[in-house]
Amino acid sequence: MVNDTTRPALHIGEAVPGCKKIDPIIIADNVTRKFGGMTAVDVPHIEVPRNAITALIGPNGAGKTTLFNLLTGFDVPNTGEWSFNGETISGKSAYKVAQRGQVRTFQLTKSLALLSVLDNMKLGATNQRGEGLLHALLPWTWKAQEAEVEAKAVELLARFKLDTKKDDYAASLSGGQRKLLEMARALMSDPTLVMLDEPMAGVNPALTQSLLGHIVDLKAQGMTVLFVEHDMHMVQTIADWVIVMAEGKIVAEGEPSVVMQDQAVVDAYLGSNKDRDLGELVAEIKREVAAGADPALAGDDLSLEKE
Amino acid sequence: MSSDFTFIWVAVGALFDPITIAYALAALGLALHFGFTGLLNFGQAGFMTIGGYAFAIGAVKLNVGFFPSLLMAIAGAVLFALLLGIPTLRLRADYLSIVTIGAAEIVRLSVRTPEARPLTGGSDGLNGTGASFFALNPIPDTFSINLGPIHYTNDMVWVRLVGWITVIVAALIIWLLVRSPWGRVIKGIREDEDAVRALGKNAFSYKMQVLIIGGVLAGIGVIFAIMPSSLQPDNYGTQTTFFIWAIMLLGGAATIFGPIVGSMIFWATIAITEGFVSLGVKTGVLPITPVQSGQIRYMLVGLALMLLVIFRPQGIFGKKAEARFNG
Ligand SMILES: Nc1ncnc2c1ncn2[C@@H]1O[C@H](COP(=O)(O)OP(=O)(O)OP(=O)(O)O)[C@@H](O)[C@H]1O
Ligand SMILES: [Mg+2]
Repeated sequence: MVNDTTRPALHIGEAVPGCKKIDPIIIADNVTRKFGGMTAVDVPHIEVPRNAITALIGPNGAGKTTLFNLLTGFDVPNTGEWSFNGETISGKSAYKVAQRGQVRTFQLTKSLALLSVLDNMKLGATNQRGEGLLHALLPWTWKAQEAEVEAKAVELLARFKLDTKKDDYAASLSGGQRKLLEMARALMSDPTLVMLDEPMAGVNPALTQSLLGHIVDLKAQGMTVLFVEHDMHMVQTIADWVIVMAEGKIVAEGEPSVVMQDQAVVDAYLGSNKDRDLGELVAEIKREVAAGADPALAGDDLSLEKE
Repeated sequence: MSSDFTFIWVAVGALFDPITIAYALAALGLALHFGFTGLLNFGQAGFMTIGGYAFAIGAVKLNVGFFPSLLMAIAGAVLFALLLGIPTLRLRADYLSIVTIGAAEIVRLSVRTPEARPLTGGSDGLNGTGASFFALNPIPDTFSINLGPIHYTNDMVWVRLVGWITVIVAALIIWLLVRSPWGRVIKGIREDEDAVRALGKNAFSYKMQVLIIGGVLAGIGVIFAIMPSSLQPDNYGTQTTFFIWAIMLLGGAATIFGPIVGSMIFWATIAITEGFVSLGVKTGVLPITPVQSGQIRYMLVGLALMLLVIFRPQGIFGKKAEARFNG
């Protein structure tokens, strides 16, 4: 699952903040977003490489979610324009951006509580005839397509270990399961670019492993992934490229192994556990708990790996 | 003494009354707005006023006949929905509620101003709007039904017949809509509009469609109430909107039969409580004046609604699980 170290280069020239990519899927210029006096995002230039997995990392409040919101049409910038797949999409509404194949998930999960898990999934499918008012009244015009959509949904749910829940209300899912549902739902549309805002937050380690596999799979299927994540283990495991934000600006960019060594990044963000394997860390905490250490303390240790 | 119990027959009649039809359609429209899509429309009475006046003006001022007048009512409701929806449906949900409650009052006050009297009849409203509809009545004059002491003429049967067929057709259309992929989108909007937009659906357009369809139902329904009697602007105030809300919640907000049966129960209950209260006043059991008795019955309705919200928050036809996860 770990990415090949001999992967082809993604960038042109030196790997500096805002560097050009050989085959960019998103190109953005002069993107700024101010909240009152505070500048949440100030990015002169950013390019996201196509058919690669790019991690967007940075401390809390760095502006990662705000940048996501801008690029997906959920927020309006003070300045800036950008293109997706060579087409200018700045100023386009969120639904139009999604229709072009740039689909996102949210940091604060948005499961549709009083819809069944299956209905949540079906909503993700695009070009559904029955979603038009007139066709909706004529069930025979959409029943066949509905069956296809359902088959696809069930298959994806199985991959995300949610198939047994398909007839339950999404409201009955656990927090982690809702994250999974939202990700699976986004994939129903066969997107070109998937933007995941902290997809693994609250997902247990065993499932994280298999989900990382799925994300790498997405790339194999030709998709591009841009994700925000605080879990450095995940970033190191699957990212081809890392972009580091702090206080609204891009402060570093590069291949994971290189960026993780960058002293500025390490100091500002990564903390002391950056080189350690997640499993090793968990094993150590287990030993401490077994040895009678304060469980609350163990909880603190656990959080290190996320911070 | 037996004649004092005629209110039982009045209550039975209320189950199928044209007023019940009007409120059933308005509540069905509101269920589509609120129960299925989450739109906070507090101006359903405004849609009734617009539909009622558009129809009445067509019928008695322009004399264009029943079907063109009906089309005018539909067009009026569509325009009203566009007028309310275009500025508010892109904003947060609460803006629609503020605008609809205000707009409904503006409409009511406008049609009843003396300046509008030549067209709307001012505060007196309009009479005789049903003439062209009753002219279409195929039921012979000789036909009539007696329900207890109440006598139903052929015209009274005709308006109820067409009214309830309309209710059934409307219910069928809404039922087809909400169980389709279109219905899935609007329920998604109810749960979280941003999630739906993130999946590539034009939430604004769906909300607009919903506002129009639900508003048109109210605009059509009111016609059945005014044709056999008259159109009175003050019958469609804010109180009407809240009755429609009560009816919808009584039956179950995200249901189809709920608003319809809710309307039947609501109006029958009003008739029964009215009957009991006036009986109590007459026999001296209740130490109140007849004027106060009018207030008492609404207090009883309020009490019934409170009990309903406490013991069956999902309404009569609603699913229990929905209330659980909502709470
Ligand atoms: N709607 C808003 N109104 C005012 N300030 C906002 C708003 N949204 C974000 N901010 C501010 O913008 C900054 C960036 O927030 P953002 O959510 O983008 O951070 P983030 O990098 O996603 O952080 P985290 O890792 O905690 O999710 C924060 O200081 C935040 O307080
Ligand atoms: Mg964030």
